[in-house]
Amino acid sequence: MARSITTKRKTINTAFAWAVGLLIFFPILWTILTSFKTEADAIAFPPKFLFFDWTLENYAVVQERSDYMRFLWNSIIIAGGSTLLGIIIAIPAAWSMAFVPSRRTKDILMWMLSTKMLPAVGVLYPMYLIFIKLGWLDTRIGLVIVLMLINLPIIIWMLYTYFKEIPGEILEAARMDGASLKSEILYVLTPMAVPGIASTILLNVILAWNEAFWTLNLTAANAAPLTAFIASYSSPEGLFYAKLSAASTMAIAPILIMGWFSQKQLVRGLTFGAVK
Amino acid sequence: MGQIELQKVTKRFGETEVIPPLDLKIGEGEFVVFVGPSGCGKSTLLRLIAGLEDISSGKILIDGQDATNLGPAKRGLAMVFQSYALYPHMSVRKNIAFPLKMAGMDQAAIDAKVEGAAKVLNLASYLDRRPGQLSGGQRQRVAIGRAIVREPAAFLFDEPLSNLDAALRVNMRLEITELHQNLKTTMVYVTHDQVEAMTMADKIVVLQAGRIEQVGTPLELYRAPRNTFVAGFIGSPKMNLLTGAPAQAKGATTIGIRPEHLDVSKESGDWQGKVLVAEHLGSDTFLHVATDYGQMTVRVSGEMSVGHGDSIWMTPDQTHLHRFGADGLRIA
Repeated sequence: MARSITTKRKTINTAFAWAVGLLIFFPILWTILTSFKTEADAIAFPPKFLFFDWTLENYAVVQERSDYMRFLWNSIIIAGGSTLLGIIIAIPAAWSMAFVPSRRTKDILMWMLSTKMLPAVGVLYPMYLIFIKLGWLDTRIGLVIVLMLINLPIIIWMLYTYFKEIPGEILEAARMDGASLKSEILYVLTPMAVPGIASTILLNVILAWNEAFWTLNLTAANAAPLTAFIASYSSPEGLFYAKLSAASTMAIAPILIMGWFSQKQLVRGLTFGAVK
Repeated sequence: MGQIELQKVTKRFGETEVIPPLDLKIGEGEFVVFVGPSGCGKSTLLRLIAGLEDISSGKILIDGQDATNLGPAKRGLAMVFQSYALYPHMSVRKNIAFPLKMAGMDQAAIDAKVEGAAKVLNLASYLDRRPGQLSGGQRQRVAIGRAIVREPAAFLFDEPLSNLDAALRVNMRLEITELHQNLKTTMVYVTHDQVEAMTMADKIVVLQAGRIEQVGTPLELYRAPRNTFVAGFIGSPKMNLLTGAPAQAKGATTIGIRPEHLDVSKESGDWQGKVLVAEHLGSDTFLHVATDYGQMTVRVSGEMSVGHGDSIWMTPDQTHLHRFGADGLRIA
């Protein structure tokens, strides 16, 4: 009896999980499907799900009209650069909070995280002025720094959690073995934290890649990443859903593929410490 | 090389004083064991010597040099941790070579030293494995290997055997003792296990609440414990401590008699009792006996056929009777 109940439960749970998964994935799926429709099919009512005339025309038009590669390259530099810079700053910060905590360490962590609760638009004006003064408007370096600052609390918080899992005795052993602070971090801590660092990098590349507020507000043409590429297909063109969808698909494809291949690493990283 | 001296060393964590002012001299080449119940400050004391914790006041001298403000790397000491603390991402070879690499030694010399240590510790065939692929005993040997290649002024061991099973523990105990005999380097060893202390030490330091209760050779502590704490802590099974009438008869507040120093008879003797449990080991028989003065343990050589509920008589060997005053201190 007990067994049959469990099986039934399992089936229900599995079905429920699939339903939630599909619900979450549906907008992306719909975008991808729409990108293969003609503009007429894209706005047809009732909507056509799979039975429409599949076409690659939208991709050809999008490719012709704008320089996808330039946007892609900007996205790669901005997402990669801000993550890398963030990691370099966050490793020593997380090290000190994890291994030489003071009475205020928890408060500092909370404070850093609380900056994420601030609506970004609240600081848009001062940031804009600072950018003008520094000559950073529409530059990659400006965006790299802004996105690094925005994601830094998350990077530090994640690394802090991973570092906490590393037994202090191993670092003490390194100190007894004559390792300087630099060697300790370089040869012992970092290699041991590689899985954690890797998933932090992955998550932050994704966050920076998808970031749209700052990238749209602080760029025009030169440093515009893929978010701006999508945006350029929305308002000025009117309601060209199929082309907008094609542009969106092209913009999210790289990160979707990266996420797909690294999902094991990501899940492991995000649940790190939850199951020992 | 290898003298360690603590002068009025104290350690406070916030308001709590874990180590009250403490003086101790560890001589060159000595095997010193810090022993005491858990929370007595023995590990803290070892970490103070290692430099992993800062002392609150006092001085630490290593080979006559003031080491109080030196970092752990600069003190010339090597430590073996309870958890082994091996670097999980490095092979055994790299683990052992790590301190040499940190010292900036050239690769050829490192290789020679690692090979040498691996030979001594029977690790030669495991050099390219990761710590995760080794058994507990092998990991412990790697940790020791990492310590010996540095040729430190002294070795510090922090409960190194407590993660091993009983049989392996006895083996490793012998190996460490042998290592000490070969290297003749100072060793400071922390344990809560008084058997380890008795079997390995040249000198035992008994600690309680951060205070040194007694310092001496294993047999000095066994023969003449300074107070009731040491009397009860050193020796297995524990010394019987009696208060009341039998103690007053000897002019003491407490008297102590070890289980092996009691004569047992089924007919007559000084103290009568009823056997609660008899443990027959073949070589010895341990009797746990209920008496008017509390429960006592008796050790009888060889086999004695008694069982639960039997009435027996016990007579202490007067030459091995310990007397303690009201303050718990030994009366000479």
